[in-house]
Amino acid sequence: MMKHIKRIDAGAILSSDKQIGCGECQASCQSACKTSCTVGNQNCQKEE
Amino acid sequence: MNAISYLSGGTFHRYSLFGINILVHGKTGAIWQLDDLSWKLLDGQSAEPEGDALAELAAIASEARQAEERFAKQGALYAENLEEGPTHLKSLCLNVAHDCNLRCKYCFAGKGAFGGERGLMSSEVGKAAIDLLMQLSGPRQNCEADFFGGEPLLNWNVVKELVSYGKEQAAEYGKQLQFTLTTNGLLLDDEKLAFINEENMGLILSIDGRPEVHDRMRPDLGGSGSHSRVLAKIKEAVAKKADDNWWVRGTYTSWNLDFTQDVKFLVEAGFSNISLEPVVTDEEYQLREEDLPKIEREYERLASYYLQRQREGKPFSFFHFNFDLAKGPCLAKRLLGCGAGHAYLAVSPRGDLYPCHQFVGQEAYRIGTVFQGIEKPELGDRFRQAHIFNKEKCRSCWAQLYCSGGCHANALAKNGDLMLPDELGCRIQQKRLECAIVIHVLTSAHAQIPA
Ligand code: SF4
Ligand code: SF4
Repeated sequence: MMKHIKRIDAGAILSSDKQIGCGECQASCQSACKTSCTVGNQNCQKEE
Repeated sequence: MNAISYLSGGTFHRYSLFGINILVHGKTGAIWQLDDLSWKLLDGQSAEPEGDALAELAAIASEARQAEERFAKQGALYAENLEEGPTHLKSLCLNVAHDCNLRCKYCFAGKGAFGGERGLMSSEVGKAAIDLLMQLSGPRQNCEADFFGGEPLLNWNVVKELVSYGKEQAAEYGKQLQFTLTTNGLLLDDEKLAFINEENMGLILSIDGRPEVHDRMRPDLGGSGSHSRVLAKIKEAVAKKADDNWWVRGTYTSWNLDFTQDVKFLVEAGFSNISLEPVVTDEEYQLREEDLPKIEREYERLASYYLQRQREGKPFSFFHFNFDLAKGPCLAKRLLGCGAGHAYLAVSPRGDLYPCHQFVGQEAYRIGTVFQGIEKPELGDRFRQAHIFNKEKCRSCWAQLYCSGGCHANALAKNGDLMLPDELGCRIQQKRLECAIVIHVLTSAHAQIPA
């Protein structure tokens, strides 16, 4: 347990898929942004 | 190398915002919050060589080193697959109408010209596009199609036909096909809204914010402002929308760098799902590098307004501040980015395929047709190669796993080089991320949102 530092995020998920991800998550530039790409806010579609 | 110099170099990035000290590791996407003591140590402002803080910095440094190795290995594997493995199409932008009932100045649909190709998409072309999506999406279960334009409601009958055809085909292929519609709202009515609800379509409604800002950029054919009519329509649409699958989205330009006021306008008008995007243009209202200090300050202002609404128990959601760290995308997705040119294609009314909606009408980027399929796979390959590991600028960037390499269309427009992201776009992306991370910290359970 650290007193001075708190981990907010462990980083990207290393998927166990050997292929290039499962590709089921939402496309990034679709719909709401349509002019710029952010993937930080794209949820993973896989059920835990 | 000692912990402090390791954590201060490479792709590490640290910043303080609203009293929160953040350290991000670009290579892995890991994020830490530091207290003032460990922050000062890292900053070389204080020396407390024997303390816990130093030990903790050493601990996260060694954790980060190990993670970096793991990520490099798996990342290289993904990159190879991404470049050489099979491509699977996932989503389409269907430009069903190269015509519009407005004449928005910044519309990349080309102020009415649409790269020379006007007109409406026939259902024959639309159906061929859906067939292609079914065939080229391979094992992918979840596919998407966005009705776009111009104004897609000018071709409503074809939209309806394509939705039912798409659902039929998806069922046959054992897939889910999610439709969205991007519209200025003017032609929405009860019949259309009922259909949109019935078919669970997503709705993207274009409005820029304050009346004077919107009207200056979004006049109608006669040159009059469209704000009051658009606002009334969009309010009605949102009130009648049966689910939460909608966004109001606007564009800001150098003429409204105080765009927090526009978000405020939209929030106060009752909208809770808001997206506001920087304009992409070379016209006089373009965003320039000298605007950056103002833009960056404005995102902080927006973040503080966002937090204020949270504190008051009246939250709204802002697309680029949404940040679900617990269920964020996998490394593969973060490498892939928007997928333009291979996972994502745009279709023009006559059935030409382009890497994305921004390229429609540019002959050099015509990648095939819905009838012949992909005719220039090498063009798609060039887009596939343009991932973060192959771009020097991205490889050294702290935001690489959150941004995924920026917008290809922007890189080409600004630098004429797919491999060189547009600096202004990068800085905006980075600032939004800084705000989003701090907002995440401040709004997670138990956090006190500072006044
Ligand atoms: S496009 Fe820019 S902000 Fe995004 S990862 Fe590359 S360098 Fe970083
Ligand atoms: S190239 Fe740019 S505009 Fe096109 S899909 Fe990608 S991020 Fe969006």
